[in-house]
Amino acid sequence: MAENALIIDAGKCVGCQACVKVCPFGALSMADKKAVVGDACTFCGNCVPSCKFNAITMTKAEKKAAVNIDEWKGVWVFGEQIDGVIQGVVYELIGKGRELADKRGVPLTVVVPGHGMDEQCADLLQYPVDAVIQIDEPDLKHYASEPYARVIADLIAKRKPEIFLAGATAIGRSFLARVAVEVHTGLTADCTGLDITDEGLLLQTRPAFGGNIMASILCAKHRPQMSTVRHKVMQAAKKDGGRNGKVEKIGADGKLLASRTKRLEWLPEMTETVNLVDADIIVSGGRGLGKPEGFGMIEQLAKLLGGAVGSSRAAVDAGWKPYSHQVGQTGKTVQPKLYIACGISGAVQHLVGMSSSDRIIAINKDPEAPIFSVATWGIVGDVYEVVPAMIRELGGEA
Amino acid sequence: MNIVVCIKQVPDTTNVRIDPVTNTLVRQGVESIINPFDAYAIEEGVRIRERLGEGKVTVLTMGPPQAESALREAIAVGADDATLLCSRAFAGGDTWSTSLTLALALKKMQPDVVLAGKQAIDGDTAQVGPGISCHLNWPQACYVSKIREIAKGRAVVECLMETGKEVLEVQLPAVLTVVKEINEPRLPSLKGKMRAKKAQITTWDEKAIDCDPEWVGLKGSPTAVNRTFSPPRRGGGEMIQAESASDAARIIVGKIKDLKIA
Repeated sequence: MAENALIIDAGKCVGCQACVKVCPFGALSMADKKAVVGDACTFCGNCVPSCKFNAITMTKAEKKAAVNIDEWKGVWVFGEQIDGVIQGVVYELIGKGRELADKRGVPLTVVVPGHGMDEQCADLLQYPVDAVIQIDEPDLKHYASEPYARVIADLIAKRKPEIFLAGATAIGRSFLARVAVEVHTGLTADCTGLDITDEGLLLQTRPAFGGNIMASILCAKHRPQMSTVRHKVMQAAKKDGGRNGKVEKIGADGKLLASRTKRLEWLPEMTETVNLVDADIIVSGGRGLGKPEGFGMIEQLAKLLGGAVGSSRAAVDAGWKPYSHQVGQTGKTVQPKLYIACGISGAVQHLVGMSSSDRIIAINKDPEAPIFSVATWGIVGDVYEVVPAMIRELGGEA
Repeated sequence: MNIVVCIKQVPDTTNVRIDPVTNTLVRQGVESIINPFDAYAIEEGVRIRERLGEGKVTVLTMGPPQAESALREAIAVGADDATLLCSRAFAGGDTWSTSLTLALALKKMQPDVVLAGKQAIDGDTAQVGPGISCHLNWPQACYVSKIREIAKGRAVVECLMETGKEVLEVQLPAVLTVVKEINEPRLPSLKGKMRAKKAQITTWDEKAIDCDPEWVGLKGSPTAVNRTFSPPRRGGGEMIQAESASDAARIIVGKIKDLKIA
């Protein structure tokens, strides 16, 4: 069996350091004016084409498949529900899942753990899905990491789907990693792109290093190929009358339902506007507002546009807005259709959380503010003049 | 109470630049820092020890020998002890094998609770915390924004979800991953810095944690990086030129209306 190897031909290497610069893992360095490979190498192959002198060759180990891959068939989507409501990301997963299933010529199934979800499951059949598996148990009414992970892992082991997709939500991201450990397969987090090869390999694209780099990940020798998928990136499926599929209602073995966490209370976020990650439009305020009262007009503008209110870290740290509104590296990553940044200078930490929005409007009095470098439209001006004028323009009172 | 905090040394991505010519990541001269979310976990561990008036906080990381500096930084802000998992066998691991490696070390350490940041800012997966928990067959609580109560065997925590907070009672031992809201990390004290300088760092390899090298590192990883590339760069767009704020507002609102999403 060939081992993974990255070999630098010292005879050909001229010490130009081109490969050192392109390595996303910092695995290449210089010794005696020649490039050398360190332990951090993941054999991604990025350096190979960077060498103009063909000094780098890479061989990848032929890994033996951990499972008989031909036995694994079908695309599954996790039907996440909160308080009995199927979450928006599920319809996006159905849209992408349908495309993948059609390319593979296999059925698309939605799996819904919950309790008393008959109506919602029947409704899912109106979308382009072939089947719904409803796991109905009182203990699954609310999400709990252990029973959810065990029940899904058990079903995966028994029925062997080749692909399993879930939303990259708080729930999806916390229990899927357990499922991956239990069934011994790979899981790729927060994907923004999915495609499939003719051989059935899922090409999972995701941002890393704060969105500075994109990586395409493969899970070649294990099944299922599992991804959590970022909300609002994939096109949501529409009701098309369905595929004459059926809801299969099943229970779960009692020992899978044991949980060492207990939900004591639910504290809903009190907000007049919509949820940040679900919003098509986000209006955000930053340090440039100068005072907490400035968020009054930000909220008003968001409301008129039917959007949500975001905040920069500076405004959260100043206590003007709760942390749940923070957009950026230590807050939320958002990707709305329109992001309006008011009085936000655009530190890199903020940009990584919002720069993949479809369109960005920046309003700032400093024409040199970095936020303008990512803005679709920029306005240099005082937020206290421009935002109220926008409110009036939209028919509000300011 | 025996508290272990899992941390990761990461490149300070806020200083990461994109080479304008090759359109790739420039890592040279980028500083290594403790993953910011892990800094909250360290602080929370120290606060638990201070609140209980007893216990020990050990920081644990997996990484190259240079990761020792991250462990010393953690000691400077109040951790008592530090362990580094360092071996060629661990290198290149994905979240599956990394969480197994950390879980094997934790098995040996027998903590009452494990804390970690919700995710690392380089990989951004948020998968290692829950992965550790499952490898150990422990319960977990993710996105913890407050620890209301903690004692041997039991904790009550608030978890930040998209639309609110879930209050959970968790049996310990468990893995708790924390968000920024949980606290404000302290700065290192002079005494802490002195302690950090002198501290003995325990280093373990695969033999020390009874680990089969086939199961960890790149070899034990179900996923592999196929290729990496730079995202399409976003150029600056159009600056709205207008005589007054109300003119600018009219133009921009017109553009918003044309998008037909409002």
